[in-house]
Amino acid sequence: MHYITFGRWKLATEAFEEIIQDFEFLETWEDRYGYIIDLGKSMPGLEEKFKTPATKVEGCASQVWFVMDFVPSDSGLVFYFKGDSDAIIVRGLIAILTKLFNGLTIEQVSQADAHSELQKLDLRNHLSQQRSNGLVSMIAKIKNVSTKVLESKLHVPINSHESTH
Amino acid sequence: MFSTEEIQRIRDEFPILARKVNQNQLVYLDNGASSQKPRQVIDAIGNFYQNEYANVHRGLHYLSNIATEKYEEVRSKIAKFINAQKTDEIIYTSGSTEGINIVAYSWAWPRLNAGDEVILSVLEHHANIVPWNFLRERSGIVIKWVEPDQFGNLDPLAFQDQITNKTKLISVTQVSNVLGTVVDVKSIIEIGHNFGIPVLVDASQSAVHQAIDVQNLDVDFLVFTGHKIYGPTASGALYVKEKHLGDFVPFKGGGDMIDEVTRDHIVYAKPPRMLEAGTPAIAQMIGLGVAIDYVTALGMDKIQAHEKSVRDYTLERFAELNWLKLHGSPKDQAAIFSFTMGEVAHPHDLSTILDQKGIAVRAGHHCAQPLMNFLGVNATCRASFALYNTKEEVDKLVDGLILCRKLFD
Repeated sequence: MHYITFGRWKLATEAFEEIIQDFEFLETWEDRYGYIIDLGKSMPGLEEKFKTPATKVEGCASQVWFVMDFVPSDSGLVFYFKGDSDAIIVRGLIAILTKLFNGLTIEQVSQADAHSELQKLDLRNHLSQQRSNGLVSMIAKIKNVSTKVLESKLHVPINSHESTH
Repeated sequence: MFSTEEIQRIRDEFPILARKVNQNQLVYLDNGASSQKPRQVIDAIGNFYQNEYANVHRGLHYLSNIATEKYEEVRSKIAKFINAQKTDEIIYTSGSTEGINIVAYSWAWPRLNAGDEVILSVLEHHANIVPWNFLRERSGIVIKWVEPDQFGNLDPLAFQDQITNKTKLISVTQVSNVLGTVVDVKSIIEIGHNFGIPVLVDASQSAVHQAIDVQNLDVDFLVFTGHKIYGPTASGALYVKEKHLGDFVPFKGGGDMIDEVTRDHIVYAKPPRMLEAGTPAIAQMIGLGVAIDYVTALGMDKIQAHEKSVRDYTLERFAELNWLKLHGSPKDQAAIFSFTMGEVAHPHDLSTILDQKGIAVRAGHHCAQPLMNFLGVNATCRASFALYNTKEEVDKLVDGLILCRKLFD
């Protein structure tokens, strides 16, 4: 996978760029939410066995679970995660986050300014700044775990759900 | 019932109702969580801080006297509002949660032993569950549960079935914050008293929708919360029937609740002061007094009639939405509705979309997880109406739900 780099810390995967482009064609908030709902519906869910207290993301109104992986590659550890929620809009947001973060190196994940990237989606400040939908907690979880792994200087794949409770 | 002109005048008195949310006129249907405040209450708080503020019960100076007088005056307003015989039966609280905790700690804890029983209903808010769980953990008391029927009604006789010679208290809500069930607490109190068991009524949701008469109910303890009845947060009251006042021991210690303190010995003040340690929420209680004046002037009967007509209209409109699952259909219902859309969307999804239309509802477990469990859901969406809500707002809610159906299906 290729990464497009904007400036020093602004990073986005091609998948995320595609979403930004799609959003530019969506004029009404109903269309934008409809798009997020479709993303949420089409994203494969986590198997039930992964929905445990250890994988749960705290601080979200709905239930949210993340399973994270750090895969060794030539450029270092590469971050991948899957997530799920009982709310469809939140699932859509998770789908967007997978496109934003998956495939970035662990250094890029811990440095990326996810909130300013998401602002490009122009969600009319609703979804992107609401604490209640858990976006803030979800991003914090991804960054905290990545930073922890980075600081621990481990060079083996880690299932974060086994190391973060 | 209010006329169209009256309801418009009332709405004009609530400044926040004029605002827009997400570019739409606000439709505030989260009154079960907290209601909005009329200008009279907002102004009273501002005026008190600007012109009359001082601590109460302490100074002999001019401002402290005014503050004390205004603050204490509210006690008689509350007594009158719930038809208590004596002002000393009114204990100021920060809300129902504190009220129930006071009964649990100051009355129940010293009297209840391991194995003693408290009867609750499955409709209860966590505020009427967790304090009793503390006693279960600390003293080994037993909590016994009364379930509603499939429509959300509580049968008073079901309480009788749970009574044993170990039962020491029945604690029950007057209106379910989730289903809107109006509970026949008068019959439950009668049954309790037949067995010599005192009854606590949680009037958090009912005090805003109907007149409360503690003498007619013959209730032993009753709590209500100020912020749900158009008053400020951190205001509320606990009613304790006079004959029980002597059984209370202090729970919070501090200033204002003592008669004398020496190094070796302390003499506590009598209730209500004994239960009101520390500097209280003075401005908030004064604001609650104004809120009580406000609803009293409008008339609780008229408020109830208006809300019933909005309730009936809501039920009528909801009946058109055959894909909407309405939880509970109690015989007597306050204008509180819990609904879900099955697998189509989560209650949080509905709330998020309704919010885009400026419609504020609550989605979640509503601090009533035993009831959610009984209903077989994790969460519901709840629309709860107040005196300023209109049938037009019901239409907006229905339109919003139809949009949800379109977006998620």
